[in-house]
Amino acid sequence: MASTIRVRAISSGETTEVQVLIQHPMDSGFVKDAKGEIIPPHFIQQLTFEHDGRNVFIADWGAAVSKDPYVKFSFKGGNKGDDLKMSWVDNKGETDNTTAKIQ
Amino acid sequence: MNLRFPIHLALAALALAVATITPTVAADTPDPAADAKAFRDYFATKFPNVKLEDFANGPYAMDEDMRRQWEEKEQFAPYEFSLDMGKEMFAKPFKNGKSYADCFPNQGIGIRQNYPYFDAKEGKVITLELALNLCREANGEPPFSYVGDEMAALTAYMAFTSRDKLFNIEIPDDPRALEAYQNGKRYFYTRRGQLNFSCATCHVQNPGERLRAEILAPALGILNAMPIYRSEWGGMGTISRRLTTCNSQIRAVPLEPQADEYRDLEYYLSYVSNGLPISGPGSRP
Amino acid sequence: MNMTSHVVRLFSLGLVLMSATSAPAATSEADFSTAYAAAEAADKEAGRLRNQWTVTAEALADAKKAADKGDFDRAVASAKEAEALAKASIVQATSEKEAWKNLEIR
Repeated sequence: MASTIRVRAISSGETTEVQVLIQHPMDSGFVKDAKGEIIPPHFIQQLTFEHDGRNVFIADWGAAVSKDPYVKFSFKGGNKGDDLKMSWVDNKGETDNTTAKIQ
Repeated sequence: MNLRFPIHLALAALALAVATITPTVAADTPDPAADAKAFRDYFATKFPNVKLEDFANGPYAMDEDMRRQWEEKEQFAPYEFSLDMGKEMFAKPFKNGKSYADCFPNQGIGIRQNYPYFDAKEGKVITLELALNLCREANGEPPFSYVGDEMAALTAYMAFTSRDKLFNIEIPDDPRALEAYQNGKRYFYTRRGQLNFSCATCHVQNPGERLRAEILAPALGILNAMPIYRSEWGGMGTISRRLTTCNSQIRAVPLEPQADEYRDLEYYLSYVSNGLPISGPGSRP
Repeated sequence: MNMTSHVVRLFSLGLVLMSATSAPAATSEADFSTAYAAAEAADKEAGRLRNQWTVTAEALADAKKAADKGDFDRAVASAKEAEALAKASIVQATSEKEAWKNLEIR
């Protein structure tokens, strides 16, 4: 199965801008299905980006983040060709990770 | 007491009023080319600063702030997952070895702008969604729901292969085709539902205005971005889905997806948007 | 034609007429059956015209639910409301046969 994470990281010399689109249902646990039963909560709890051995971005998410979340942020540093590692873990303990090259 | 009683009494009075003062209208021979020109002129006059091709971007042509947010999102479009799924589905052969490419001209690539078309043999309008299910059934596969994810993914892929191609809907010299066109036009302008809205109420009389938190799209180019990933839906949705949900929103019981009225409506709306580019699959709030 | 003033005039006409009616005293199951049948028939006619309203179905369901619980006052009221809504949807379909042309871009 393909990765759930699409990352694009572009360095402009001093800063690197990162965009990521994650495929995840992000069910809040408050929504009912067509039969009237609650769809159990299933959402990413933590998102981590790592560059050169240090975490450049950590997000603690909850039920309020929508399906297929999109994140955009910048961090100081990062050169073309560097690795950017990204991983997430959700409330069911499921995880995914990927490594992208900074362009 | 609620507002329903005065509303239906008002409607009864309206019917009486209409019966007594109906204006005389010219004979009902439709002139689609004239209609299309009048349609474009109406929106060009209403929005002189919007380029013709930009109407295909709906609310983003109406509001600068929304456009900025959309352009940013397009760099990493939310519809990518559905689009990928559609591409895979399109390429996968049926159990009998054939595939979608065998059902469509040019292997199904870059043809979305020609749909819907009037099928003289069948005597009816064929939309892309209908054509896909006809293809499936002809090859022994069960049809997809017109409002489900699979049909949305397939039409998203096909729209994507036609991006920037101009809508090119034909109305052949056939009285049945003209009748279908006219049916579609009539549906578009007919008020329905307890809220007594027609498609025109929102998309002709009030594009660019807010309906609760949404900014209304103009009718010109409104199908060019379909199917659309709607944040409200959290996913990709077909034309059928949009038409049926819109009906419910104005408190009209939706007809069955791909009913005659909907197909004829799609025929009309696509024709009057001839010359505008396909921008699908789109994303909307 | 100025649609806003037209609607306002019709709306006030509706309000004046509303105050002239009196509440019915029906409470029996037979009354409910009659009212429900009339409402259903009207909604079916609206269906034939392919112009049913969602709120009509809701009122019918409410009437049935109330009747099942034995609350025939409410059941009859809801059934009558459903019939009125269905009839309004028929009026809408009929008048729109010509009225749609008033909205058409020419």
